[in-house]
Amino acid sequence: MYSEKVMDHFTNPRNVGEIENADAVGEVGNAKCGDIMKIYMKIENDVIVDVKFQTFGCASAIATSSMATELIKGKSVDEALELSNKAVVEALDGLPPAKVHCSVLAEEAVKAAILDYYKKTGKDTTELEKICTGCCESCSAHDHHHDIPTDED
Amino acid sequence: MSHDHDKKFVYADNAATTSVHPKVLAAMLPLLGEVSGNPSSLHQKGREAKQYIDSAREKVASVLGCDAKEIYFTGCGSESDNWAIKGAVQNYLERNKTDKCHIITSKVEHHAVMHTCKALEKKGIDVTYVGVDENATVNPDDVVAAMRDDTALVAIMMANNEVGTIEPIKEITKRVKEKNPKVVVFTDAVQAVGHIPVNAHDLGVDMLAFSGHKFRAPKGVGGLYIKSGVVCKALIEGGGQEKGKRGGTENMPGIVGMARALEIANEEMQDDNARLAVLRDDLIRRLLELPNSRLTGHPTKRLPGTASFTFEYIEGESLLLMLDMMGICASTGSASSSKSLEPSHVLLAMGLPHEIAHGSLRLTLSHETTQADVDYIVECVTKVVNRLREISPLGRN
Repeated sequence: MYSEKVMDHFTNPRNVGEIENADAVGEVGNAKCGDIMKIYMKIENDVIVDVKFQTFGCASAIATSSMATELIKGKSVDEALELSNKAVVEALDGLPPAKVHCSVLAEEAVKAAILDYYKKTGKDTTELEKICTGCCESCSAHDHHHDIPTDED
Repeated sequence: MSHDHDKKFVYADNAATTSVHPKVLAAMLPLLGEVSGNPSSLHQKGREAKQYIDSAREKVASVLGCDAKEIYFTGCGSESDNWAIKGAVQNYLERNKTDKCHIITSKVEHHAVMHTCKALEKKGIDVTYVGVDENATVNPDDVVAAMRDDTALVAIMMANNEVGTIEPIKEITKRVKEKNPKVVVFTDAVQAVGHIPVNAHDLGVDMLAFSGHKFRAPKGVGGLYIKSGVVCKALIEGGGQEKGKRGGTENMPGIVGMARALEIANEEMQDDNARLAVLRDDLIRRLLELPNSRLTGHPTKRLPGTASFTFEYIEGESLLLMLDMMGICASTGSASSSKSLEPSHVLLAMGLPHEIAHGSLRLTLSHETTQADVDYIVECVTKVVNRLREISPLGRN
């Protein structure tokens, strides 16, 4: 069902935890849907020097959180904003169709954290305000750019 | 953490399926070898096969407290559920020359019952899904209160597959029949037969479904008890097998194996259950010591091998997969275990909020489970729950 990479990141997740006095915190999802991701960032000169996450969710939710944090660590905020759910899926050697929404959540968690950073630093947040609430139901409800297969079978 | 323990293996998913008992396999082997006839044939090979199936029917009837002519063999529990419900409804519609009637079932049924009722609903049949209390118990008063003049069928399970609660079927049947003896009462007893005493005549039900692989027979064979005088229209038309009620050449090895398995289960039930209940209660007591954990299902009126829980702040699929890596096979009702976004309908019907229902775990023990296995399960579940809570953002305040 899951690739070796997913199982690796699920059983040995990277960057678990929280950052005290983080420069940015983003939380998406809700407990009702069964997934919550919370991402903390330490940002210096617009570079993400440290990142940590906490996730409530299934194996792929934990694995996508872990992989997303790995992919943005050390990157600039602008580069991190370009992280797509598809890139997370590819880095994990694929996800089952029913689990792709977890990668969307990871992408949105990163964006939510950066939105928080923009707000704190007084940057223009117009584009970022459009991000979804992160609930799995809303993912199918809005016409975003996420790469989600339509046929889940 | 997955490599702390080498090669330890505990199968704790016996409500999903069981292994074939060696004596059951031995009983089946002749049917996969020299006893190759078709029981419908008139010649000697056919008559030989017929003897095997007749004997199997006698054995099953004797354990289930009914007459052999009231036992029909099917392909699985789901077929029995489909047949009972659709057959009873069809008979009602034909007898009353109508295309409308009413079914009463519960909100905690197995999908084979629930989805059959939903399918009939789409065809215009009214269905009332009666609720349950926090222990998943159906209140007979609610069933009686839901009865209408056009109620054709009451379908309530005998024991719940997710949380192990045993339903008051005898009481429900008595109350329904008191109000209207014509209403057909069916019970899906797939989790009960072979595990707790089930006596069809004593229960008073009209139909009762069971499945072989839940009690150490192979997969692919089940049965339906249909009380004498009760009409259930055929689901599968064919060459007159099962008194014209269920077409299809009989699964001889499966049927013979199921009869043997039921005999063995019945012989060993008392000893097994006494031992199982001790292990189950030890497992429940120790896992409830974990903070923010709860037992799901009735505290005492539950299947002897079923221990089911929720653990707050974590999600069931993660829990299941980490346990799997430690060699423990379990089950969860979390949404992630299915393709839907909804967690278990059973846990939701019991009033648990979604976020708690996502963190469910079912452990179902068997005759093979030892105290050492329970110790290992407790050790691993404790580790995994703690580990997943470390990763989770919930429950930190």
